[in-house]
Amino acid sequence: MSLKKLFLISLCLACFLTACKSSAQPEVESDDAPESRNLIVFVAASLTDAFTEIGGNFEARYPGVTVTFNFGGSQMLRTQIEEGAPVDVFAPANEEEMDLLIRGGFVLETSPRIFLTNRLVLILPADNPAGIDSLEDLSVPGIKLVLAAEEVPVGRYSRQALEKMTASFGADFKDKVLANVVSNEDNVRQVVAKVQLGEADAGIVYVSDAVAVPELQIIEIPADLNVAATYPIAPLAESANIALAEKFVDYLLSNEGQATLRKWGFGPAP
Amino acid sequence: MTRLQKKPHHTLGDGHSTWIFLLPSLTLLVFFALPLAALVYRSLAPGFLANALSEQALKALSLSLATSSVTTAVSIVLGTPLAYLLSHWKFKHKAWLELLLDLPIVLPPSVAGLALLVAFGRRGLFGAWLGELGISLPFTTAAVVFAQIFVSAPLYVRAARIGFAHIDKQLEESAYVEGANQWQVFNEVMIPLGARALASGAILTWTRALGEFGATILFAGNLEGVTQTMPIAIYLGFERNLGVALALSVVLMVVSVILLMVTKRLDKPSD
Repeated sequence: MSLKKLFLISLCLACFLTACKSSAQPEVESDDAPESRNLIVFVAASLTDAFTEIGGNFEARYPGVTVTFNFGGSQMLRTQIEEGAPVDVFAPANEEEMDLLIRGGFVLETSPRIFLTNRLVLILPADNPAGIDSLEDLSVPGIKLVLAAEEVPVGRYSRQALEKMTASFGADFKDKVLANVVSNEDNVRQVVAKVQLGEADAGIVYVSDAVAVPELQIIEIPADLNVAATYPIAPLAESANIALAEKFVDYLLSNEGQATLRKWGFGPAP
Repeated sequence: MTRLQKKPHHTLGDGHSTWIFLLPSLTLLVFFALPLAALVYRSLAPGFLANALSEQALKALSLSLATSSVTTAVSIVLGTPLAYLLSHWKFKHKAWLELLLDLPIVLPPSVAGLALLVAFGRRGLFGAWLGELGISLPFTTAAVVFAQIFVSAPLYVRAARIGFAHIDKQLEESAYVEGANQWQVFNEVMIPLGARALASGAILTWTRALGEFGATILFAGNLEGVTQTMPIAIYLGFERNLGVALALSVVLMVVSVILLMVTKRLDKPSD
């Protein structure tokens, strides 16, 4: 192939990519005519299934709107926003991440609203290879326990719950349990996957994650030993689709949105 | 550059078409240089040393160095005979064998991790069998090494195979004529003559093993001091403490630069 040809082909490719990019961006910012608009929503991994369904419902309600989700650990998402990711709505699994964005000026102080609560459960593989019947069994030496890493909210809540259990089950309960941890997974879905595959004997996750995988066995953690997670949601101050972003938040707090969330195991907004 | 110098009428700065080469080249070079420079720039904050020398960072670094060294050693011990065999023996379906060895190089590491998990995990194809021997691989340091060997040993085998293939056949044949057996030829002719290629392949494997992330986090998980290697600590640092992630990234980059410089020296034809 001659160099000229090669050069022309690269040029065409470059033009094509530029064309794609410009056509993907909304040209007019109008609230009444939401032709083809793309809402980018950064969502905590624990909301994956619920938001996938809600996104579909929202798109059906507002024709021409597409909702693009980025599911991940709340911290990672927050860092990506701080590093300049173009985001319209942020829904982390804890209020700390939202507060950090408020402090950084990415979210208006008045924007965040609590839209659901979540609680922790203990999950076991379908055949329960380690024979775990109660929370106390978690301290039996040799059990392969998988937790979310302390860096992610569910990992922090798990350790807080273990702290509470220590008061009931004996002074060294938490230490014994933590000695059984074989892996600190980087997000809650990884904990579910490792237990589901049977590689781990038990894991602590949100009830909403357990509901998503019917073959898991669930051991409830009583309310007095549990840690309730509250999830905030807010449009980003710099969102290019602020009106649509607010509509999405409103939809989540509407009866229809809340009903979908309950279906996936979440508790109602307080 | 050496190639350009061999053809004097194509030296840089000569003729009006030079920009056709310079412009794309510079664009690509800048594209590589900028992010790496930004990484170094951002990491050079007051807390750099404290971050780079934090307990977590040191544990991750020593685990990475230890596991990647074991990986390299295993790759050499098992890979050298395989490379020799591939470069010297002719047999049916050899192309398929070579394809099998190239596959781990091109597959995403996450595929490798999943494959290892369904093969050697507790519920994996061979997991029950391993379990009877009292071995459970996932979440252990051994699993880290498994993941690294899977993705990086093929690089060594490939380099060694090419190295062996380039050795002058006559040297080998004259050794046979003088009555050497196959092992002697391998050990006393092929290994010394291929040493540079073997060493450069080993270092490539080592650097790849140092950088292994996807297969490790899937198959070995993440536990400080047991399975948390440098790349995993960097990934988690991204979620908790960007300073630590940046410092660790730069440390890993420096180690890689040193190893690559050694490879460059080895790749130079002997003077």
